[in-house]
Amino acid sequence: MSVDTPAATVRYPDAAGHFGRFGGRFVPEALVAALDELDGAWRTAIGDEAFQTEFAALLRDYAGTPSLLYPARRLSAKIGAQVLLKREDLNHTGAHKVRNVLGQALLTKRMGKRRVIAETGAGQHGVATATAAALFDLECVVYMGEVDTQRQALNVARMRMLGATVVPVTTGSRTLKDAMNEAMRDWVANVDSTHYLIGTAAGPHPFPALVRDFVRGIGDEARQQCLDLVGKLPDAVTACVGGGSNALGVFHAFVDDPSVRLYGFEAGGDGPATGRHAASITGGSSGVLHGTRTYVLQDADGQTVESHSISAGLDYPGVGPEHAWLHDTGRATYRPVNDADAMAAFELLCRTEGIIPAIESSHALAGTVAIAPELAAELGREPVVVVNLSGRGDKDVHTAGEYFGVLDKE
Amino acid sequence: MSRIGVAYDRARAEGRAVLVGCMPAGFPTVEGSIAAMTAMVEAGVDVIEVEIPYSDPVMDGPVIQRASDIALAGGVRVADTLRIVDAVAATGAPVVTMTYWNPIEQYGVDAFARDLAAAGGTGLITPDLIPDEAQEWLAASDAYGLDRTFLVSPSSTDARLQMTVEHCRGFVYATALMGVTGARERASAAAPVLVSRVRAVTDLPVGVGLGIGSGEQAGTAAGFADGVIVGSALIRCLLDAASLPAGLTALRELSTELAAGVRTPAS
Repeated sequence: MSVDTPAATVRYPDAAGHFGRFGGRFVPEALVAALDELDGAWRTAIGDEAFQTEFAALLRDYAGTPSLLYPARRLSAKIGAQVLLKREDLNHTGAHKVRNVLGQALLTKRMGKRRVIAETGAGQHGVATATAAALFDLECVVYMGEVDTQRQALNVARMRMLGATVVPVTTGSRTLKDAMNEAMRDWVANVDSTHYLIGTAAGPHPFPALVRDFVRGIGDEARQQCLDLVGKLPDAVTACVGGGSNALGVFHAFVDDPSVRLYGFEAGGDGPATGRHAASITGGSSGVLHGTRTYVLQDADGQTVESHSISAGLDYPGVGPEHAWLHDTGRATYRPVNDADAMAAFELLCRTEGIIPAIESSHALAGTVAIAPELAAELGREPVVVVNLSGRGDKDVHTAGEYFGVLDKE
Repeated sequence: MSRIGVAYDRARAEGRAVLVGCMPAGFPTVEGSIAAMTAMVEAGVDVIEVEIPYSDPVMDGPVIQRASDIALAGGVRVADTLRIVDAVAATGAPVVTMTYWNPIEQYGVDAFARDLAAAGGTGLITPDLIPDEAQEWLAASDAYGLDRTFLVSPSSTDARLQMTVEHCRGFVYATALMGVTGARERASAAAPVLVSRVRAVTDLPVGVGLGIGSGEQAGTAAGFADGVIVGSALIRCLLDAASLPAGLTALRELSTELAAGVRTPAS
């Protein structure tokens, strides 16, 4: 399956990476040459059949895509919607992220660079990057907040087994946003030899569009699979939104289908009203963070405010600029999902379908549970909903085990 | 001509470089930072660069990060920065503000330009704002007569260098090396090349920063640049000291050494 066509890509963002008033480049001048080089390499790759063939083969033979679109009948019966799960959890490394890292690793090779760096929160993107680096024989350094290295010790071990160097970040809040700062600092110093393999559709242009294009196969596959399965397009497509790459990946193919509603579910933490959340669109405001203009959790002085979520993968105080734009244009709807509702949906999927989802993806499930009756009332029939099950829950067993009290005491 | 331009002209007439000293606003406290900047002026620093502390300073190394964290933990606000600019400008030294873009965007670009001009600030150095994204700032700086210092880098192409310099007013900031702020042992080989590339396209004075921490290094930089910008080494005087008075003493000593350095340019 092709990643993109030039015609579709040039539609948006604009040449400078703007999605309406969002996006762009807010970076030190030192990085502009590298971003331009990356932009050129990406645009060339999009139109290059050899690149597309190589990427498609990797996705098929290595990552295990296309992922299944699974009609979850027991879950459907419970919630009053025909739920089709896009099983990105079955991909190699357990999430949609493998699509992005394989695409960027191929680009790295094309640009003649030998070293990749990455930021990671829970460790999923770090593991995916270390995986691609091993496969492509690239040096790999992963920046991870010190707090997260302690919370996610198993993923630290995984990255090291794959040959990566994990650098604990001890500045600021010692979490994902600080890991991203540190990766940017590394990149400024080593930009000649190094590609910064950003893990989500955020950061300076061309990253938001480039990452979207590498993961858009999720939606391209799901759209065709849905037509094959039920003979029509879905009524809605849902996904969780942290930085937002899995959501853009599944949304993109449906943006021009006006009958398909798009829902992004942000991490509501303890509830947006408490201030302890990671819902940048619902509870943030327009600002500049990590090289792009988007919705940001910030105080009146523009200082970034710490985010909170039970899901480490959604625990980020910003969001990809394309989501900010899809929100402003009204094409997609964004709502917060609290920790408790996400965990209830986590349990529901375990018990109805025998699938342990990532806590990130559980936000998409919980949001789907919430909108199912609204959609049914509006349509006068049971809605068909494609839910992006972006990752599996193996990494979350400890968190969920503690949450549900199912771990034996030492 | 801006007050920064006057300082550069005077230094040029004296056959030396301008010394620019950087300090985060509110570090270690609002009053402490005013005392530190005043001490720097008294010890021979020509231009004070007040950095607005920011939660995510991606162009800064560990020293400025720590100082910024201390200032933010102490509760410093962007409005305090303007008060500091006002107090330090009263010493007669030109005061330029260095800031990441988001605090300005949240304050309001036009409102900040208005208030900075009213406080006696000369303009802004913008490490993460490139001219490509600066339409609002270009308009506001024109409206209030403020200088615009964008950064140029060894990695800048000739076309970008020219475009960036065309949007500068006051002086151009040449980053001496590929990396973040912080004193280095070795002088940068890239800096003289970059400065001569800038000179080929503008008559504006060129300040060189990143990695300079001693009088000798300042003298080396003064040999090829119009301005020598020092931050982390000065800030470290306060970070490493047991008390503010002890820190101010160390700060005066280093400022004196750097001021002597820019007066003995290496040929």
